Amino acid sequence: MAVLKVTFTKAERDKLAHVLWVLNWISVVSGVILFGLGVFLKVEIQKRQELMSNHEIDYVPHMLLTTGIVACCINFLGGKICYDCVDTTKFLRWKLVMLPYIVCTFFFTFCILVGALMCYTMHNKLDELLYIGLRNAMRYYKDTDTPGRCYLKGTVDMLQIHFQCCGNAGYRDWFHIQWISNRYLNMSSSEVMDRVRSNVDGKYLMDGVPFSCCNTYSPRPCIQHQVTNNSAHFNYDHQTDQRNLWKGGCRQALLDHYTSIMQSISLIVFLIWLFELLVLTGVRYLQTAMENLLRQGDPDSESDGWILENSLAETARYNFNIIKNLGKCYQVDDDDPNINIPTIAQQEVPPRQILLEK
Amino acid sequence: MVLMKMKFPAEKRVRLAQGLWLLSWTATMAGALTFCLGCLLKTELRRRAEVMDNTEIHCVPHTLMVVGIASLGINYFAGRICQDALDPGRFPRWKGFLNPYFKVSLFFTSLMLLAVIMSYAMKGSLEASLKIGLKNGIRFYKDTDTPGRCFQKQTIDRLQMEFQCCGNTDFRDWFEVQWISNRYLDFSTKEVKDRIKSNVDGRYLVDSVPFSCCNPSSPRPCIQDQLTNNSAHYNYEHQTEELNIFVHGCRETLVKYYMGLMNTIGAVVLSVFLVQGSVLVSLRYLQTSMEAVAGQENAEIETEGYLLEKSVKETVMEYLDPVLKIIMPNQVASSDEGAEAGNPAS
Repeated sequence: MAVLKVTFTKAERDKLAHVLWVLNWISVVSGVILFGLGVFLKVEIQKRQELMSNHEIDYVPHMLLTTGIVACCINFLGGKICYDCVDTTKFLRWKLVMLPYIVCTFFFTFCILVGALMCYTMHNKLDELLYIGLRNAMRYYKDTDTPGRCYLKGTVDMLQIHFQCCGNAGYRDWFHIQWISNRYLNMSSSEVMDRVRSNVDGKYLMDGVPFSCCNTYSPRPCIQHQVTNNSAHFNYDHQTDQRNLWKGGCRQALLDHYTSIMQSISLIVFLIWLFELLVLTGVRYLQTAMENLLRQGDPDSESDGWILENSLAETARYNFNIIKNLGKCYQVDDDDPNINIPTIAQQEVPPRQILLEK
Repeated sequence: MVLMKMKFPAEKRVRLAQGLWLLSWTATMAGALTFCLGCLLKTELRRRAEVMDNTEIHCVPHTLMVVGIASLGINYFAGRICQDALDPGRFPRWKGFLNPYFKVSLFFTSLMLLAVIMSYAMKGSLEASLKIGLKNGIRFYKDTDTPGRCFQKQTIDRLQMEFQCCGNTDFRDWFEVQWISNRYLDFSTKEVKDRIKSNVDGRYLVDSVPFSCCNPSSPRPCIQDQLTNNSAHYNYEHQTEELNIFVHGCRETLVKYYMGLMNTIGAVVLSVFLVQGSVLVSLRYLQTSMEAVAGQENAEIETEGYLLEKSVKETVMEYLDPVLKIIMPNQVASSDEGAEAGNPAS
C-alpha cells in the first residue's frame, strides 16, 4: 500500500531526471538568494548598530546566511545525483547515498521554514532593543567629548532627519533629558542655575528639542525652543500646530522600517521553502523509481515511484522499532533464527510423560 | 593622392569583416549606454530644476540621447553591411547607400564629441543659472502662502540638508534677505519695529539662518540665531567656529556635483566615440577594398583599401565648390568681366 504511487516509463524517468537537474540548479540560485538576503539584513542592522542596545538580534541574519550556504551545497549535490540518475550504472554509485540525502534535505527544509518564522518573531525583540538603545542614545546625545559616545549626536540627528521622527515615543522625550552639554552652559547666569536647581538630579532641562526634529514641510521657520510656551512666539499654539516638528517617535519609525524588510524577506524565504519541498518530492520519486527498476532488472521497463512504501502509520512504526532496538544489540531476541529452535519430536515428549505419571 | 592606403589580401579582408561585425555589436551596446547616460543626466538635472533659472544645460543630455539612438541605427547597418560585404552577389546592393551613410554617420559621431566638449564648456552657463535660481529660492523662502512659491521653503531646506550647504555663495546670503514671513512677526514689539526701520526697504533682516543650515556633525547644539554676536552664546566665537553650520554655498556645491557627474559621463562617451570611430574607419576600408574586387574574375586577389580617394584638402574643396558657387556667384562673374575689360586694353 504505497503512498501516492506513480508509474514511470523509461522516457518519463529520463525526463524527470533532466527536469530535476535543472530545478536543482535553480535551487542553488535560490540558496544564493537566501545568502544575499542574510547579508542584506546584516548590513541593515549594522547600519543602526549604535541605536540597538545589544547584538541579540544578529541570530536572524546569521541563520539566513548559514541556511543559504547549506542550501547551495545540498542542491549542488542533488543536481549531480539527478544528472547521473539517467544512467542506471551511474545510479548505482549514488544508491546508498540517496536515501540519507533525502532524509537530511527533508529536515533541512524545516530549517528554512524556521528561518522564515524567525523573521516574524523578531518584531517584539526588536521593539525592546530599540527602546533601550534609543533611550541611551538620547541620554548620551550631549557627550560629544566622551570617547565611544562622541558620534551619537551625529547618529541621532541623521536618524531624525532621515526617518522624519523625533525622540523615542515623541518629541516630549527630549524634555526629560539634558541634551545640551555643560560645556556650553553659562553656569554663572541665574537662569541656568534656576533650571539646574529646579529638579532633583541637577540636570538642565528645558522644553526645547534639537534642530533635527524640525519638520521641513512646515510653512513657518522652525520653533525648537520653548515649544510648549505659546506666548513666547507670535501667532503660535503648540496644541494645534501639527507641522512644526516631526510628530512620530523614532522607535516606531525604525520598527516599521525593519518590519517591512522582515516581511518581504520572510515571504521570499517561505516561497524558497515551498520550492525546495517540491524539488525534494521529485527527487524521492526518482529515487524510488530507480530502485524499483534495479529490483526488476530490465533497464527499459516501467517502474513505480512513491513517497512512502507503506502507509504513514506502518512506516512510523517501523522506524520507531528501529530506534527502539538500536540500544538492544546484545539482548536475546526470541525471533532470532540463529538461536536453537526445539524440533517437533522434542515438543511432543512432555505431554506423554505427564500422562504416564498419572 | 589617396589618403591612408592599405593593402588587403583576401584573408585580411575576411578577418576585417569578422572583426567589424564584433565591433559593431560592441558599438551598439555602447550606443545604448550613451542613451542611458543621457537619460540619467536629464533626470538628475530635472530633480533640481526648481533652483535653476533656465534649461540651457539640458542640451547636453538631449544631444547624448539623440547620439545614442543614432548610433544604434548606424551600428545596425554596419553589421548588416559587413555581413554582406564578403558575398560578391549581395554587396553591390549597398553601393548607392554607402556614401550618404558615411556622411550621416560622421555627422552623428562628431556630435558625440561635441556633447563632451559642451559638457565642459557649459559650466559657466550652469553656474549663472544656479546663481539666479538660488537667489530667487532664498528670496521666496518665506512665501509659503503664495501659490506657485509655496514649495520654495521645502525645496531649499531639503537641498541644504542633502547637499550640506547653506545659502547661495555662503550663509551670509540669509542675512540680506527677509526669510521670516510677516505672518509670524509681532509688529507691536519694539524689537521688530526697530529692525524694520533700520533698512531702506523695510525688511526684517536678522543675522540668523534657517535650521536646514545646521551641521549634524557639530559637537554642540546648533546655533542659528545671532550668528555674528559672540556674546549672545556662551563659549562661542563665530570666526573660529567651523562645524556649527555648513560653510559651503549651495551654488558651489551643486556645480561641483554636476561637473563631477558630467566628467564621468564625458569620459565614458569619449571611449564610445573611439569605438564608433573605429567602426566607421573599418567599414570604409572594407567598402573600398571590396569595391576593387567587384567585376574581377578572381575574388581572392589582393586589393587596396583607402579612407579618401583624394587628399583631405581636395575632398573638402570638392564639397565646398558648389556651396561657394551659390554664395558667391558675383565674384566669378566679376573676374570674367575683369578679364574681358583687360583684353581690349591690351
